Amino acid sequence: MKELIVKATDEELDNVIAFVTGQLEAVDCSMKAQMQIEVAVEELFVNIAHYAYTPDIGEAAIQTEITADTAEITFIDSGVHYDPLAKPDPDVTLSAEERQIGGLGIYMVKKSMDDMRYEYKDGRNILTITKKL
Amino acid sequence: MNIIKTQNGENLTVKVEGRLDTVTAPQLDSELKASIEGIKTLTLDFSALEYISSAGLRVLLSMQKLMNKQGEMIVKGSSAAILEIFEVTGFIDLLNIE
Repeated sequence: MKELIVKATDEELDNVIAFVTGQLEAVDCSMKAQMQIEVAVEELFVNIAHYAYTPDIGEAAIQTEITADTAEITFIDSGVHYDPLAKPDPDVTLSAEERQIGGLGIYMVKKSMDDMRYEYKDGRNILTITKKL
Repeated sequence: MNIIKTQNGENLTVKVEGRLDTVTAPQLDSELKASIEGIKTLTLDFSALEYISSAGLRVLLSMQKLMNKQGEMIVKGSSAAILEIFEVTGFIDLLNIE
């Protein structure tokens, strides 16, 4: 297991993405799976950066277990109790005028990952995504 | 991300190169909003776009709404991976994709 602990801010996004893509490239992950995982990592990390500690700044831990077969990535924060899986999916059949802006990021993660698990434990949000490679 | 604009009368083509993410999307949003006055056809050339997240989709949605009022918006040159994101999110139906 590898772990990166950063301040949960947008400025750290590039570091978080680089931490994950470096490991994906090392196992020859397909371009398609890599982009899906990058999107998932961005959406989940940015959610923490924007909502977990507002208006303060806290930390996020990103733990990875990446092999040639599977990528498992866990996001941990100690911010407000928030289960992204409890949110209803957006209606993706609506026209531009009717569309709501929110909820799209988590929806993209749900659709592209093979598994997504949320746990609230000891005051921490623990969200794990798994993608078969 | 690089933004390359080419204007020809009422037609504006904007080529977006690199990554359209949480950090870069606000730059594209303000660049486009500052450029579309009097534009009837806005073409977004995504042939060199490598990546898009929901932050980028939000910019596309808000530009689509603005252009619906004054003309049309065309998205061209998207890679298979980006087209798949449009598919999953239903953007394939609300954008004019070439």
